[in-house]
Amino acid sequence: MNLDTTDLFGLFTHFLILSLLAVGGAITTVPDMHRFIVAEHHWLTDAQFTASIAIAQAAPGPNVLFVAVLGWNVAGPLGALATMTGILIPSTVLSLWATRWGSQRRETRFVRAFTAGLTPLTLGLLLATGWVLAEPYLLNPAHRWGALALILVSIVVMLRTKLSPMWLVALGTIAGALGFV
Amino acid sequence: MTLASEPALAAPASLRELFFAFNRLALQGFGGVLPVAQRELVERRRWLTKDEFVEMLAISQVLPGPNVVNLALMFGDRAFGWRGALAALGGMLLVPMVLVLALTALYGHFAQYPMVTGALRGMGAVAAGLVLSTGFKLLGTLKRNVMGLPICLGFGALTLVGTAWLRLPLVWVIAGLGSLAITVAWIRLKKP
Repeated sequence: MNLDTTDLFGLFTHFLILSLLAVGGAITTVPDMHRFIVAEHHWLTDAQFTASIAIAQAAPGPNVLFVAVLGWNVAGPLGALATMTGILIPSTVLSLWATRWGSQRRETRFVRAFTAGLTPLTLGLLLATGWVLAEPYLLNPAHRWGALALILVSIVVMLRTKLSPMWLVALGTIAGALGFV
Repeated sequence: MTLASEPALAAPASLRELFFAFNRLALQGFGGVLPVAQRELVERRRWLTKDEFVEMLAISQVLPGPNVVNLALMFGDRAFGWRGALAALGGMLLVPMVLVLALTALYGHFAQYPMVTGALRGMGAVAAGLVLSTGFKLLGTLKRNVMGLPICLGFGALTLVGTAWLRLPLVWVIAGLGSLAITVAWIRLKKP
């Protein structure tokens, strides 16, 4: 699809704003990306939108790359450039500034209370992310037991051994391709 | 909690090493980089202790932007200033981005094969297991938290329920539970 300069700029500025709202990761702004790209501008269909995210999940690298896939599917290389720079620039600048501010004051009571207070929430969020990723498979009777077995094997192997996670991903891929999941 | 119980044992020697370390961990990160980041930075390279890792993760989760990207920026900045931040960020994003876009171009041709969708499903299940195991592994760091283990587990459980089951907007959860937890920690820190 070809977008004119105005549309590309609109895409870029929309992702600039989303960057600052993406507390807890870019994935938390997916509903708004869907509203903007699919519902408002019809640049992608519903199915194209969902497939874009699934591809990024399956590929190696940070999950934020789904933003590049969305941009690419909307407007090719320039679209990917617009969405990725949009989602990265504001949060990068803010993060660097905030961590420098914090590390200069890391022994102060406020900064210590801030990190100590938020740590348990962080771990709760991590487990919640695991659950959200697992849920679609576990709720589907056709895939429930295979997926549960893979999840449990992954947890036990990671807790008990020093094996690289790559081996588990390979196991999951093969088991899935052979129809066990 | 801010004071890690033990210092990290090693540090990256150069921008190059930093770039390739993050490139390597990103390329192993199918379905999410965080579990690999924990294994590589804490267990394999020992650039961070478990406590330092959790602390950085906590900060990177409250800041807007992708968590692992914030973590990379923070770590790179601490090692070599802004050039380190850019090296870690570039290492983490450049090669995986080329790969994922190539995969996007290919996917259209293969989406109709059940083997491909099955493989994606298997990968997805493993990705979920990896994230859960990382969470379980890091729970131990809460024992050293000033709030004490029971209160920490309470806040962790409420966060899990609020975000995974009730699907409350994250901003509310952080603003509400987060400020409560910070207040509790603040009060506890006053006691010697």
